[in-house]
Amino acid sequence: MDHLIKIISKPDNIPIVLMLGLTVFYTWFSMRKARRNDLQDISEEAKLSDKVQVWPYLVKVEFLAALLIMAILTIWSVGLDAPLEQPANPALTPNPSKAPWYFLGLQEILVYFDPWIAGVVLPTLIIVGLCAIPYIDINPKGNGYYTFKERPFAILTFMFGFLVLWVSLIVLGTFFRGPGWNIFMPWQEWDTHLVVALTNIDWSEWLPFHQPTRLVDGTLNPYAMLIGSVTVIGWYSLGVIYYFWKRKSDLMQKLGILRYSIVAFLFLTMMAVPVKVLLRIAFNIKYILVTPWFNI
Amino acid sequence: MIGLIDQMKEKMRRTDVYKSIFRHSYEDTQRNRALQIVDNVFLHLHPVRVTRHATNVGFTWGMGGITFLLFIVLTITGVILMFYYRPAAEYAYDDMKFLMNDVAFGPLMRNMHRWGAHAMVITVMLHMFRVFLTGSYKAPRQFNWVIGVILLTLTLFLSFTGYLLPWDQLAIWAVTVGTNMARATPLLGHEGPFGPELGMKINNDVRFVLLGGTQVGPPTLLRFYVLHCIFLPLVATILMVVHFWRVRKDGGISGPDTTTKKF
Repeated sequence: MDHLIKIISKPDNIPIVLMLGLTVFYTWFSMRKARRNDLQDISEEAKLSDKVQVWPYLVKVEFLAALLIMAILTIWSVGLDAPLEQPANPALTPNPSKAPWYFLGLQEILVYFDPWIAGVVLPTLIIVGLCAIPYIDINPKGNGYYTFKERPFAILTFMFGFLVLWVSLIVLGTFFRGPGWNIFMPWQEWDTHLVVALTNIDWSEWLPFHQPTRLVDGTLNPYAMLIGSVTVIGWYSLGVIYYFWKRKSDLMQKLGILRYSIVAFLFLTMMAVPVKVLLRIAFNIKYILVTPWFNI
Repeated sequence: MIGLIDQMKEKMRRTDVYKSIFRHSYEDTQRNRALQIVDNVFLHLHPVRVTRHATNVGFTWGMGGITFLLFIVLTITGVILMFYYRPAAEYAYDDMKFLMNDVAFGPLMRNMHRWGAHAMVITVMLHMFRVFLTGSYKAPRQFNWVIGVILLTLTLFLSFTGYLLPWDQLAIWAVTVGTNMARATPLLGHEGPFGPELGMKINNDVRFVLLGGTQVGPPTLLRFYVLHCIFLPLVATILMVVHFWRVRKDGGISGPDTTTKKF
């Protein structure tokens, strides 16, 4: 319990507690609004569509918000000092070494993916994918009011990405990862000497296949590479199969092949993250595909 | 007595100096309320009138405005901190100690800067969350969402570059962990796919350019300092101008299109 209080009240961890509280609150708050709008013919926002003068009706709100935020920030800053540890020493690596809290989700993904995916490709795809949203979401409904019923796929996908893959992984990385990047419950003391035996195997070595990644002479097993490639290609061809299944549908016609391909690629890449996490946790699977140049 | 004060006030309002500064009278009239907005360089970012739901905190969450407020707080406290800080490895940490122990209001300025920065990362994420949930990225605001995503990235970079400046253990190891990823950049990193094949080594790849060396060291401190204090705030300011201007040009914050039947 002492450790729980220590880790939650660590100055740099306060924002994460704040973020967790705010995201949970706003998710509930917005979905309650969405439900209320979905149950009636006209949205609450549309009922407030008359015009008011900015001075004082909007400026007043802005002024009060500014006062409130400045009060909170001042009290926070008077009460809690920003951390300043020992001077920088490149020869002394702390254990655990953690990135700033907002990157801890990505650092957590490093357990399951090689750095080129977790540290470079996935962050790039997050940014590119976010930028692409307005151009691939062609649903004209739900613009300017809260709703769930009119755009369930968009909202569920975004919430999965934001709440599960971003916020929860930050919380996991902050409160559950200790020395050696091992999992510790937040109330557990950190044991710096804990060694967890890793018995990871690759996808091709797993029960149904039994193909070692490397042959006895150390070269890569072509059958293992084949199994890996087929799996990766198979995963993305789910998008192709879905396309041919739904090709005639209204939505697919409107979306067009290019938009659909981008949606399918981004969606399948996003979903590959939890799938790989589960494979690792449930079956100790390390790599799906091992090649001389990169591993997936 | 009170009559005298009222008389003086009245007189003051009729002077050329007062009229040249405030330009319009003080009576609470529709016209003066409008002039209050359009005659003020800071307030004229707003239109004179907005739909009522745009003033509803339950709809907007106020997160965009709070993010902007925090950016201003960070700029002011940041400038004050710059007076006491030298971005050189031999001085940086001592300057921090001096700031925290001997400078009047030094700890308050630093704390406001750090907590404000953390808060800004949270508010910018919540702003994006709200904009998504109300579908406000849809036509005609598509490109403004893209600018917003770039601003979100800049906020993270600003926070990340600032993280190194205290030059303590927390700083250099967090930045070491963060920048180690760049080793593995495909094509451009010396440990990334096809990097070695393209001649990438530890002393010429993308991480080397970012750090100014093969590990986080004094050149990195200077690079991050310049990025943090000059380059990134400048780019962010320009993009914020475009962001706000587009919000205004697209008819203020989004709302239901009441010209169609079902909304």
